[in-house]
Amino acid sequence: MRISGLVAAAALLLAAGHAGAQPRYGLGTPATAEQVRGWDIDVRPDGAGLPPGRGSVAAGAGLYAQHCAACHGPAGAEGALVPALRLAGGQGSLRSARPLLTVGSYWPYATTLFDYVRRAMPFNAPQSLTAEELYSVTGYVLHLNGLLPADAVVDAASLAALRMPNRDGFRPTAEGR
Amino acid sequence: MKRSNPGFSRRGLALGGLAAPLLAGRASAQALPVPPAMLEQGAPVEAAPYGKPAPTEAGVVRRSRLGAENQPILGTAGSTLTPHGDLDGIITPNGLHFLRHHAGTPSIAPEQHRLLVHGLVERPLVFTMDQLRRFPTVSRLHFLECSGNTPFFQQARIRPDWTVQDTHGLLSCAEWTGVRLADVLAEAGVKPGAAWMLAEGADAAGLTRSIPVAKALDDAMLCWAQNGEALRPEQGYPLRLFLPGYEGNTSVKWLRRLKLDTQPFMTREETSKYTSLMPDGSAKQFNFTMAVKSVITRPSGGQTMGAPGFREISGIAWSGRGTVRRVEVSTDGGATWQDAQLQAPVLDKCLTRFRLPWQWQGGPALLASRATDSTGEVQPTRAALLAETGPFHVYHYNGIQLWQVQADGNVRNAY
Ligand code: HEC
Repeated sequence: MRISGLVAAAALLLAAGHAGAQPRYGLGTPATAEQVRGWDIDVRPDGAGLPPGRGSVAAGAGLYAQHCAACHGPAGAEGALVPALRLAGGQGSLRSARPLLTVGSYWPYATTLFDYVRRAMPFNAPQSLTAEELYSVTGYVLHLNGLLPADAVVDAASLAALRMPNRDGFRPTAEGR
Repeated sequence: MKRSNPGFSRRGLALGGLAAPLLAGRASAQALPVPPAMLEQGAPVEAAPYGKPAPTEAGVVRRSRLGAENQPILGTAGSTLTPHGDLDGIITPNGLHFLRHHAGTPSIAPEQHRLLVHGLVERPLVFTMDQLRRFPTVSRLHFLECSGNTPFFQQARIRPDWTVQDTHGLLSCAEWTGVRLADVLAEAGVKPGAAWMLAEGADAAGLTRSIPVAKALDDAMLCWAQNGEALRPEQGYPLRLFLPGYEGNTSVKWLRRLKLDTQPFMTREETSKYTSLMPDGSAKQFNFTMAVKSVITRPSGGQTMGAPGFREISGIAWSGRGTVRRVEVSTDGGATWQDAQLQAPVLDKCLTRFRLPWQWQGGPALLASRATDSTGEVQPTRAALLAETGPFHVYHYNGIQLWQVQADGNVRNAY
């Protein structure tokens, strides 16, 4: 472990050392900002990557019923298809004999919910919702977990600012520090 | 009829096709019959442009783990397992390499495929497959193991009728060919401060993982070939990331994007999933490297012993931290251990085949294997592992596997 750590650190220094150097093989084509924009869909915990626009928990209720409830259950509490698809409940259960891992009880960042729903949901039509719809439906899932009031407006700033109950619950291993 | 497992047969297979005396090992006064296949021409040379296993091997296939909770959701979110009980050596045939998919297998035209490298780099670049293939190439043999392999943390979920395919099938091993990711990243020029790299797949899950840049620059590969041929669609065609020793899900398939940044991205697959809940309510995160592990594949669950007498006990061992240094085998549930022979080659982060000759007297036996890797780490018992992890850890189970040989010759999962 220690030796491979050192090797990795040395490799890191080397890479950093010739970062500005000319490319060795001259392969690949420069990516323009416009090209990158088409694919750059990730959202970071600090909110970087969240699109402009806003939605609301109120609008999310209808969107959830239409696009999500069939698989995840009307209140997200059971998971309609299989129990593993439950999205809500379980807060305070992580230390118990029956821990229930959901968005509300387990996920450390609300931004991750937006990122994941944007890239992968609805399961049968990924990347089909607009930014406004994504803010609304994300807000509604958070509301189902009691983390946003029914009249909340959801945008980049409010998602990045929302402190999830299990925010400090994760311990990276030495490999991830 | 199944004859590739001399000494052990899959339960329920009739052996009626062979003359009884041959099977029983009794001497016969009759002349051996001329095999019918010698009396006529065989199938045409060009009959199988892409060869397939013999029709009688049709049962050696991937499948989901037995149990309702292990079936794929809507057909595309699930996994199928490598049938290790029917395989020899260390290489998994491409058609039997395990799958773990979150949104099915995408169909990608290689000439349309692009890899975007951006974020904290001097020169954001887009690569075609042709451009990537012009880098100096490397081929390496490595195992790939899903961190959810061997779901033995929760007692209630374990089934005694599980075979080694069910217990250890989220594991495969192949020769991977591609380019060093370090070479590709150097073309883009990694900026100081870049410590994490997001890898994103072009499937309908847009599957993403954050990888330490130190790993990316160490031994990571971008692969397009597996065991000499192009990746199969379900293994990431036309391009996948490969991170030797890391949990399988980080070796992102259908790779389309790499983005460098100072912090991990905290994607769903490294928060909601692929994290391990500990008894104190905290969760282990970024647990990447697969620890030392081994399993006996013959005899193993679901097989039957046949007549008493000589057998070879055979299995596979591996470690994400290096090479396998030693494998011990027990036939009495761990009361006594014997060193197994390691078959060459013994390679870094690769399956190693081990063997031990054994005289089975008939009657019950409790088989186990215990591996030690080049770092000195020894595979723990299930009890020792659970004492550390608790029952809700879900991932990275590497406990010693027990197979119960029953008095009737059937072999059962005794975990
Ligand atoms: C057709 C069924 C279906 C529909 C409709 C659907 N989902 Fe999903 N959802 C799934 C499946 C299946 C998974 C698990 C995917 C996997 O295994 O990676 C999932 C996973 C999720 C997860 C991750 C759960 C976790 O614990 O990690 C979230 C969050 C989610 N869906 C939200 C939504 C939202 C919001 C919608 C509506 C916009 C939606 N889903 C619509 C089937 C569906």
